[in-house]
Amino acid sequence: MSETITTPVWTRDQIAARVAQDIPDGAVVNLGIGLPTKVANHLPSDREVILHSENGVIGMGPAPAKGEEDYDLINAGKQPVTLLPGGCFFHHADSFAMMRGGHLDVCVLGAFQVSAKGDLANWSTGAPDAIPAVGGAMDLAIGAKKTYVMMDLQTKTGESKLVEECTYPITGLSCVSRVYTEVAVIDLTPEGAKVIDIVDGLSFDELQKRTPVKLIDARG
Amino acid sequence: MINKIASSIEQALAPIHDGATVMIGGFGGAGQPAELIDGLIAHGAKDLVIVNNNAGNAEIGLAALLKTGRVRKIICSFPRQADSYVFDELYRSGKIELELVPQGNLAERIRAAGAGIGGFFTPTGYGTELAKGKETREINGRHYVLEHPIHADFALIKAETGDRWGNLTYRKTARNFGPIMATAAKMTIASVHEIVELGSIDPETVVTPGIFVKHIVKVPRTATGPAGFKQEA
Repeated sequence: MSETITTPVWTRDQIAARVAQDIPDGAVVNLGIGLPTKVANHLPSDREVILHSENGVIGMGPAPAKGEEDYDLINAGKQPVTLLPGGCFFHHADSFAMMRGGHLDVCVLGAFQVSAKGDLANWSTGAPDAIPAVGGAMDLAIGAKKTYVMMDLQTKTGESKLVEECTYPITGLSCVSRVYTEVAVIDLTPEGAKVIDIVDGLSFDELQKRTPVKLIDARG
Repeated sequence: MINKIASSIEQALAPIHDGATVMIGGFGGAGQPAELIDGLIAHGAKDLVIVNNNAGNAEIGLAALLKTGRVRKIICSFPRQADSYVFDELYRSGKIELELVPQGNLAERIRAAGAGIGGFFTPTGYGTELAKGKETREINGRHYVLEHPIHADFALIKAETGDRWGNLTYRKTARNFGPIMATAAKMTIASVHEIVELGSIDPETVVTPGIFVKHIVKVPRTATGPAGFKQEA
C-alpha cells in the first residue's frame, strides 16, 4: 500500500474567489477562457464590475437559463451569455482597441508558465505536431492595466510553472503582475517575486522548495 | 437609382474569381454568413485565400468550404477548436497554408486596409514567435511590431437589416468582424434577414454605412447554432 501525502491546497473556486476579492468596484475586466471564467461566480455582490469579452461585448451577464441560449450572444469561449442593462456590442477593432489602448483595468488569464519578470507563456506548448492557435491571448496579455494569472504552481509531474525563464513560446513579455496558485499568491515586482498569501498549513520554506524562483516573504 | 439588393446569392457572388482573397465574417458560428459560404461552394471558385477568425466548425459553413479543397491559404487567429477537424486534417496533411495572426492584430490589419493605412506599430506579439522577422521599434519606451494591412477582393458578411443603399445593422455579438471586413474588401456582399425602405433604419443606429457595401441579399432567418466549444453531453 502506498502512502498518500496530502498537502493543503486552495480549490479552484477558492482561487477564483481570491482573485475576485482583488477586483475593485467599478473595474472593467476580461476573464480569459477556462479557469479564469470562474472568477465571475465569485464577484462580491456589493461591487459593480463590468465584464468585457473580446468578441465584441461589454456588460456581460451570467449564462442564460437552459433553453434560453442565443448563439448570436456569446463570449470569447463561444459559449452563450447574457447582456446586463447598460451592456453593448461593438466590432472587433473597437474591442481590441479597448484592450490594446489600455482601457481595461484587469485581465485574468491561465498560463503554462510565468517567469519571475512577468513573461507569460500560455498560447502554445511548442509541440511540433500541434496545430497553432493564438486567438486574443497576445492582445490580452499586454492590453490591460493589470494582468493576473491563475495557474497551478506545479505541473502534474511536479515541475514549477513559475520559472526563471519561460521554455514554452512567449505570449507577452513582462506583462504579468500577479499569479494566483493553489498554494500561494505571488506579486511579480522589479524587486522580485513577493509572496503575499500562502494557503494555511504550508510554510514559506515548503513553498520555496516548489519553485526555482527566489521568493520574498511579503505577507503583511 | 442606386439599388444594391441582389436578386439571388448566385448573382451577388458571380464576380468571385479563382485566386481571390475572400474575407468571411463570423466568430465561431455567430456572424458566419452560412448561406453566402454555401453559395461560394456552389459557385466553385478555387485557389482561394480566406480570412476569418477561425477555420470552421464541424462540416458546415467555412468548414464545408475548406473540405472542397478550394482554399489554398487561411489567415486566422484561432484555427484549432473542439470541432475544427476538417481544418486539422488539411493542415496536418499539408493541404492548406496557415497564416496565424493574433486576434487583435487581425482586426487592426483589416481595419487598416479599410482605412487606407499602410502599416501600423502594435505592441501585440512583440518578443514572440509570431513577430519573428518583423520590423520593431521602440516608441516612448514601449516596444512595437510593424504590421501590414490585409486587403481582400471580396468580403462575405452577415448582417441583420439592410436597405437598398447598403446601410447595415447587426445582431448582438454576430457583429464581430462584419463592419471592418466590409471596409477592407473591394466588393462586400452582406446577407441580411430583413430589407427595409430607405430611411427606415434610424440613421443614428446604422453600423455599416452603405458606402462600404456592394450587394445585400436577403436570406431566411434561422437561429444561430452552437459552434466552437465542447458541449456537455
